[in-house]
Order: sequence, then structure tokens, then C-alpha cells
Amino acid sequence: MEITAKTASQLRLTGEEFELIKQKLGRTPNFTELCAFSSMWSEHCSYKNSIKWLKTLPRDGGRMLVAAGEENAGLMDMGNGFGVVFKIESHNHPSAIEPFQGAATGVGGIHRDIFTMGARPIASLNSLRFGNLADTKTQRLLKGVVKGIGHYGNCFGVPTVGGEVYFEDCYHTNPLVNAMSVGIMKADKMISATAKGTGNPVFIVGSATGKDGIGGASFASADITAESTEELPAVQVGDPFQEKKLLEACLEVIETGAVVGMQDMGAAGIICSTAEMSAKGEVGMRIDLDKVPTRQENMKPFELLLSESQERMLIVVEKGKEDSVLKVFDKWDLPCKQIGEVTDDKLLKFYVNGNLEAEIPAYELVLGGGAPQYTREYREPAYFEKIKNWNVKDVKDPGEKELLKIAEQLISLPSIANKKWVYTQYDSMVGAANVSTNNPSDASIILAKGTGKALAITVDCNSKYVFADPYKGGMIAVAEAARNIVCSGGEPIGVTNCLNFGNPYDPEVYYQFVKGVTGMGDACKKFNTPVTGGNVSFYNQNPEGPVYPTPTIGMVGIIDDPADAMTMYFTNEGDIILLVGKQQNDIASSEYLHKLKKTEYSPAPYFNLDEEYATQQFISSIIKNKLINSAHDISEGGLMITLLESSFFKGLSFAVTKQDKTIRNDAYWFGEAQGRVVISCSKENAQGIKQKASVAGIEVTEIGKVYSGNILINDIDFGPVEVWKKKYDTALENIIKN
Amino acid sequence: MKFGVVVFPGSNCDRDMQQSLQNDLGKEVIMLWHKDKDLSMFTTEDCIILPGGFSFGDYLRCGAIARFSPMMQSVIDFANKGGKVLGVCNGFQVLCEAGLLPGTLLQNESQQFVCKNVHLKTNDNEVLTIPIAHGEGRYYASDELLDELQENGQVIFTYCNESGSEDDFCNPNGACRYIAGIRNKAGNVFGMMPHPERATSSLLNNTDGIKVFSILGLN
Repeated sequence: MEITAKTASQLRLTGEEFELIKQKLGRTPNFTELCAFSSMWSEHCSYKNSIKWLKTLPRDGGRMLVAAGEENAGLMDMGNGFGVVFKIESHNHPSAIEPFQGAATGVGGIHRDIFTMGARPIASLNSLRFGNLADTKTQRLLKGVVKGIGHYGNCFGVPTVGGEVYFEDCYHTNPLVNAMSVGIMKADKMISATAKGTGNPVFIVGSATGKDGIGGASFASADITAESTEELPAVQVGDPFQEKKLLEACLEVIETGAVVGMQDMGAAGIICSTAEMSAKGEVGMRIDLDKVPTRQENMKPFELLLSESQERMLIVVEKGKEDSVLKVFDKWDLPCKQIGEVTDDKLLKFYVNGNLEAEIPAYELVLGGGAPQYTREYREPAYFEKIKNWNVKDVKDPGEKELLKIAEQLISLPSIANKKWVYTQYDSMVGAANVSTNNPSDASIILAKGTGKALAITVDCNSKYVFADPYKGGMIAVAEAARNIVCSGGEPIGVTNCLNFGNPYDPEVYYQFVKGVTGMGDACKKFNTPVTGGNVSFYNQNPEGPVYPTPTIGMVGIIDDPADAMTMYFTNEGDIILLVGKQQNDIASSEYLHKLKKTEYSPAPYFNLDEEYATQQFISSIIKNKLINSAHDISEGGLMITLLESSFFKGLSFAVTKQDKTIRNDAYWFGEAQGRVVISCSKENAQGIKQKASVAGIEVTEIGKVYSGNILINDIDFGPVEVWKKKYDTALENIIKN
Repeated sequence: MKFGVVVFPGSNCDRDMQQSLQNDLGKEVIMLWHKDKDLSMFTTEDCIILPGGFSFGDYLRCGAIARFSPMMQSVIDFANKGGKVLGVCNGFQVLCEAGLLPGTLLQNESQQFVCKNVHLKTNDNEVLTIPIAHGEGRYYASDELLDELQENGQVIFTYCNESGSEDDFCNPNGACRYIAGIRNKAGNVFGMMPHPERATSSLLNNTDGIKVFSILGLN
């Protein structure tokens, strides 16, 4: 067949890109080769529209042991010779079409990134975003995604320990499914995704290759339309049992010392893993595609190269040590087949029955090599006008007597209410290391067994704030993640990000991307939390428009002594409740304003990076000095929701009074100004904390006390904690069941 | 008393069990691969544990394939000689499939996997808090068999609420007569859906699992 620019465009390559490929090869590619370029130069694999800005993020320093993007996931120093490996990744497009398998394989893929480096995954988190929960389509997606995550994670045997679930109309067609995995390992035992050593054999391990997921990478690089459901074959099918065996076998095979390099097969399957491993090792590979175990007959070369069949690994083994490797995989009943060898000509040569089917310099396919990098134009979105025109004075401040009703409405909002319906479907306790089950904190606290330490982990992003102000919103996402870790007694050490945006060719979307990434980067610099890696998911867009810009932050912190972890709930009757940070006359972008007052366009809430950092340093010091009994940050729903959430775990209520009459009622109780934390402490310690705060220049206000009777707000009876807890616990399932 | 923990492909609570027994209960533990058969290092005073997880992926009925593994043939012999055997979660399912315990475990009434802390009542009316995590944990048997189990005192744990009584909300999977765990007639084979090995560490703020091992005489 003749290969033309039209063929290229059918494979989602532009005319310019087609010319570039011809130039690089010095000839017209054949169809197989063109398919290889199509996948490797897709947004998903090449980061062609994002890499320029990703490079502005802080990508080394601190505890980082490998620079961002060098390996499958980031590796950071935990001390005592141990390293923590973590990464977050999106599986948005597959989940939109086939929620169960889409979400399941998202979980499987991110775990593979962790154990391909030699780490054992110990915790999994996720960030999910859907449309209006009252809508039956949303319920179907939610049920499918949750079941898929549970199906894979529960069987694979890694606890799902935390996450977030938001419901906003903009995610109706394009739900977001971001999955994070965290593993630990001996820091000096990392296996690199690098091919080395001419003549070393190349093995494919794990599942047989089928036609599933062909073109998944380029599928994830397009908008979702009505025709997308016809792309079902682009969604992969997961087998968590196979992956569990693969995990154990890979960790065992690393022990043999025979592994030169290893890379999992995710997007763009064999072509991606062979290209990336070869390019990084500055070598080539000769691969016999007919030796790849297949589950279907007569698979074409391009199908073999592009298949995204799950649970597969590419392993380069030291020549002469093949037997020790084969023995391990045989023990685990996993197919392991040599399909080629490392060569010194830097070329990827793919053969079928001895005939050369494709020949491409590895370097030309990969990010940082021949893959194109674009600078896209951007401009301030038109909707900013509406935000600028918003005036708080147009919103009538509720009277004191209306607060109860507003609080009841807020606690029942799906984005605020307890996500019990979701997380009880995940095994959160396998591994017997989840401290948060019986002692909840703002971040999830997991024992890193064998290291004597614990990890505090969180995923955060309020995309409404990013929509309102991408730069500030990007900073807030990082600040909130750090705040959650600090409130749990941890020291934030690093970030992985999942950048979910609309179509990058839309200058207004690209503006959100550029500003969001810049804000995120500036905050990461301030908190000394380098970005270790992650992924970019563009094209979360449909004919009605893009999703809110959603740069999800996964952050990891270290707690040197697990006994020093701080919890988020009121523990003792009579304890003093203090508000750390300054109350602001601000209701912008709050759930209250958005959902109850139906105002979508307002600025991002109050945020000051320096103040935020100082407040977190202060919280950290009073936790270290063992002065407080609980710390819970103020986020969606404002102070009122934070107080209620603090009361639920032990059923201890509170009596709190508004301290500043100059602030609006709604701003005081429901505003979402950043940089605020509610703490509780003994009477004896309260004075000391206030003094320390005044020395440190931090505002601390006594607002009430922990109490055993009904909740009292400004001396108004708000009823018993149990009633509020029931509303909080059942709101989500009530909507789903009705 | 030493312990053997069988590892099937897909077991995922094997290491938790090993660590719980070794680190929290101070026991000697030997890990046993499903393809092996040798149990000669154990006497009937010792205990073999079938851990939780998804043996062979649970793609067929849970535990239906694991029971055919070589090690299970030895475990069946061991049990028949009076050796102690405990199956937790998937291990309980394997024991029912293997015929070492009566009854069967069906899909949860909710049709959903469920993971949370539940309350268990012991035969001494003590209430323990132990986590569960399963999709197929609804204990089911005929009324005659259930009567017999109760008359013989073979029901070892039932689901209850915080105060030790039964209500509409305390049964997490719809199990017949709130049954969470049973033993065989001879009293040497035990099966339970809840995970005691997840509740033996003070760092996790729950040590009720230690009481479970003690109640079963496995301490």
C-alpha cells in the first residue's frame, strides 16, 4: 500500500509530522513504521505539547535519587537505605468508554510502573471526578469505575488507602480517573528501564499479546465524541491475578542478579518499551515479532507492536544467566519468551519469519529524542470576564438563624459527604499497615514495614479553584496536599502530578495548562517538594467544552516515628479549639457559593504562599512538640464542615462562637480561604501555643471547646453529633439508591 | 507451636499472616509453596494456615482450584490426622471447597466487595473488632446443617453490633445466622471470613486479632 500524508492523518499524525518522519528516516516509512511513529509521537507518549512547560517544574534536589522522567517512576530517599517510589497516572479516556476495565487497567498500569523498578507497592490512591451524581449516566460510570478499581486492587493485594471524589457538571462526558501507586525498596537495588550489552537476550514476560488496546495511546490523545464508543477495542482488559504473579516473579527475578534492565508495557506496548529502553541505553534491538506469544492468530506486525495487552514486561537479561530467570517465571507459571537481543547499531529492527518489517532508529521515536516538541499559543480565556465581574456584595449574607440549614445542605453535597460507599468497596487494609483505619488523619498514614518509618500520602486538587485562577489554583493544589501531610505529622518530600486538561490546540485551554503548571511549580519550590514525574492527559474535552483544568497532586511525606503521627479528630472533652491562620471575608469559589448559590464564576479563594508556608511550619512544630491532640485543615465547606468532620470519629461535639463580627457569616463559617487549620489541645497547652504563634507571627484564635452535649454554634443548638454523622455518612448512597 | 502458611498464586495476605505471627505473636512460621507437599516438619500440635487473597484469581468459584493443589492434599491429610488448620477469608473458602468445613460462601448480599471493621461476638459473649475484606463471604448452609452447627457449638464467631447484639445493619454480607466463623466437629479445623492478622499490632491501634488466635487455641 502507498503511504501518504492521508495515511498519516488517519493515524493522527499531522502533515508536518509526516514530513519530519520522512526526513528522519531518509525515506517514506512503511505502514508498520508509520504506526510506530503514530503511537510514539502521540501526546500520550511524547508529551509533545507539554514537555516545554514540564521542564520548568523543580525536577531534582531534595531527597530525589533519580531525576524526573528518567525512570518509570520517581525514587526518593527515605533514609536508612530505603527509597520510596511513587507515581500517578490517568486512565480517563478508557474509563469514559468502558468504566470497569478502564479504571481496572489504570490501577494495573500504575502498579507496574512501581514494581518494574524493583519496589513493592504498599499503597494505592485515586482521584476521581464525575458529572452530576443525580444523573444515571454518572451513576453508571461511578459504579463501573469503583468496581474496576476494587476488582484490580483488591485482587492484586495492595491497599487502596485514600483519594478524592468530586462531582462537577464539566466532567459529565469526560470523567477523570487518576490512580497513584506508592512502593518501597532498598534504594541501591533499583532496576533501570535501560537496555545494555550487545548480545544480551530480550525477553517478553507475562500475558500473551492480543488485539486489545491497539492504538490506546493515540486514542487517549483525541477528544471524546459520539463515535468514541466505537473505539472499544482501544480499551484494554485487565487480569489482576496475572499481575500479582508478575509482581512476585519480577521481585524474585531481580534477586537473581541476572536482570540488566526492565520496563513494563503500558501505552504503545512493545514499540514503546523497546524504543525507550534502547534509546536510554544508546543501543538497538533486533526483535522477532513471530516469537511473541499471542492469544489470537494472524496478528499483523503493527498489531503486535502496538497492542496494549496488559500484564506484560520487557526484560533484558545478562547473557548466560537466562536459566535462572526462566526458572523463576516457570515457578510462577508465567510465560517468558526470548524475542530478540540487544544490538549496537541503535536501530530497532523488527522481523517476522526472518523478514525485516520495520527499521527505525530508537532515538527518533522517543521523548527527548526525535519526537517533536511544540510551543503552543495561549490566551486568557474569555470566561475570565465573568469572574472579574463577580462581586461579593451581590450575595446576601445569611443571618445567624440560617446557618443550620446551610450546614445541612453542605454536609449532604456529594463532593463533601462521606465517600464510604466508594471506599468500603476497596480493600484498604491488606498489608496490615494502614494506620488511618483506626486513627484517621488528614493524609493516609501507612507503615513502611521494615524501615521503622511511616509514609503520609495524599492526592489533592480543587479544580474549581484552578478554573477560577489557574496560577493560584495550581499553587493551592500543592499547598493543600502539603497541608494535609503536615497536619498528619509528616514532612512533605515530593510530588507526582497528573495534569488533566482539555485540548491543547485550544489557546484558552493551553492558557490554563501553562498557568496551572507554573503555579504548581512555584509552590513545589516553596515547599521543597520536587516533582518526580507523573503524566499529562490532554483532550479531556467533548463538543460541549473542556473539563475544569485539573492538575491533580499526589504528595508523599515521611513520618520518622509512626507514633508521632497526628490525627484529625477531637479526642478529649474540654479541649480548647483553636483556629490557626487568618479568617478572611471570602466566599469565592466555595462549595457554598457554587452549589448553594449557583454561582459558577467567582475568583479563586484567598491564598498567600508565604503565609501558607509559615502556617504549615508552625503546625509542624507544635505537632513535634506534642502540644496538640488533633489537626484538621479547612477545605471544601469551610470551617463548619471542618469542625463537623473533626467531631465524627469519636462522636465528641463542639461549642464554637464567631470571633470576628467584621466578617460575613457565610465567609466565617463556609468560606474556603486557604491556609487555615483547626487544632484542639489541652487547656494547659493553649496558652503556650498562642505565645509561640505570636512569636512566629501566626494568627491563632481560640474559637471554642470540645464538648459532649449537642453542637453549639454561637450558642445556638445544632443538635447531636450522631444526627450530623448520619447525614454525612448516608448522603452519597441515598442519591445513588434513589 | 509452630505455624505453616500456605502460599497459593494469588494469595495476598500470606505475608501479613507471617508478619503478624512472627512479629506480634512471636511464633515460628514456615512458608509453604502450593506446589510442594512436604509437611513432615509439622506435628499435629502445630497449625497450618490458609491465608486470604484471590487464589488462582478466584475466576472460578473462590477456592475451587486451590483445593486441588499438591499442598492441599497434604493439608487435608494433616487435618484428618488431627492437625490444626485455620483458613482466613479465601482460606475459609478453600476449606469449604476441600470439604474440611461444611457449608459454602456465597457472593455478598449487596453484590459488592466490602472492606471495613466489623464487630464479632465470641461464644463467651465478648465483642471484638476485626476487619473484613471480601466479595464472597456470605456463609450459607441448609437449616438442618445450621441447627447442627449451633447445637455442636461449631459456630465460633458471629457478626454483631457494638454492644454485642444482632441488628439489621451488623451483618456485612447477609451470612446465615450472622455466621462469621465456624469449626469442624472435631474442633481442629477453623474457618473465618474476618482477618485477625490485620489486628495484632498496637501501631494499627487494634490488637483484638491476638484474642482471636487465643480463642482458637492458636497461641
